[in-house]
Amino acid sequence: MKIAVTAQDKNLDAEFDSRFGRCKYFVIADLNTGEHRVEQNTAAIEVGGAGVKSAQFLAGCEVSAVITGHVGPNASRALEAAGIKVFVMESGTVRDAIKAYKEGELTQVSGATTDSHTGLNMS
Amino acid sequence: MIVSVASGKGGTGKTTIAVNLALTLVETESVCLMDCDVEEPNAHLFLKPVLEGSAKVTVPVPIVNEEKCNGCGRCGEICAFNAILPLGKHVLTFPELCHGCGGCTLLCPVGAIREEPLEIGLVEWGHAGSISHIHGKLRIGSPLAPPVVKAVKCHKQNMPEGAISIIDAPPGTSCPVVASVSGSDFCLLVTEPTPFGLHDLTLAVDMVRELQVPFGVVINRAGLGNGGLVDYCNAENIHILAEIPFERRYAACYAKGGRLVEEFPEVKKVFQDLWHAICVTADRV
Repeated sequence: MKIAVTAQDKNLDAEFDSRFGRCKYFVIADLNTGEHRVEQNTAAIEVGGAGVKSAQFLAGCEVSAVITGHVGPNASRALEAAGIKVFVMESGTVRDAIKAYKEGELTQVSGATTDSHTGLNMS
Repeated sequence: MIVSVASGKGGTGKTTIAVNLALTLVETESVCLMDCDVEEPNAHLFLKPVLEGSAKVTVPVPIVNEEKCNGCGRCGEICAFNAILPLGKHVLTFPELCHGCGGCTLLCPVGAIREEPLEIGLVEWGHAGSISHIHGKLRIGSPLAPPVVKAVKCHKQNMPEGAISIIDAPPGTSCPVVASVSGSDFCLLVTEPTPFGLHDLTLAVDMVRELQVPFGVVINRAGLGNGGLVDYCNAENIHILAEIPFERRYAACYAKGGRLVEEFPEVKKVFQDLWHAICVTADRV
């Protein structure tokens, strides 16, 4: 299975990005093979609906779960409809996030964890 | 003739200028004041109009029949605002992101999308003495101001023939302001002699130049700050059409919802001269 981590840079030692729809990168890790790839989040510069577009992108990447800091109401609806589980953490590197996920240390959330436009105010 | 009153910075005195210009003109002309600051209309606080009617403003948002959907995904591809998300044959809609363009409905090859009106605001109209007054109110929680602005501008119901329309625009230079100022014969940019006033004026000047609307500047609270504003206008060859001095008694009048031109004859003269300057600058004497 594949999971996505929101990231501020393009490698495993990058700080994870607590924003979902407006994160800079998605690191997509294949837990079966141990390989990973990095995708720039083109939705980050959308005028509106960045969370929806990000969720659509991840659905196309066939990820089963995403690790991030916060998800807004629209992103949450889109991710749920796409069958992508949401796990949250507060800080750390992408590598930390994947390790914590594998060890079952992360909290799964359902529904929005923050208001719309949170990521805009943090950028 | 349509004269819009805009500014980059908020709180410079757009409504003061719009209302007092309307009150000055109505003595000799037929005047309509349109308050297009639909997020916070306030001209009525000074005009105190008697409202005579209202109409809802709606945008058409998509409703998807998933039984008909063939999962082609075109609706999602065409949407510039991420308001419709096809996930196979499961299609999510986000009405508050929708701008009501109708693209998804038009492109759906199997007719699975119909449109339903979503109420986003209200237009109200009436009279304040001889002044026709129209204003828009954006519904709380709705982010989409331009359709409400356009509904105010399209409203003709109590608009006298040949009236001079004065548009009180929202602050800033974003879509609702562009919607307000577009199509004007002239735009007054109201500013104040402060660093913020100057900075935001430069943005507003860029906007009206892009829109190709003739414009001039009104300096409110003149004498308050520095001379950078006048230097800028001179360097850019921008006409300063009027200056309203920074006076405590004017502020006190405003704070009580008063009308400057009715309380202060010297201000009335400023507005009479302003109208003349607009006509000269707009080349419409």
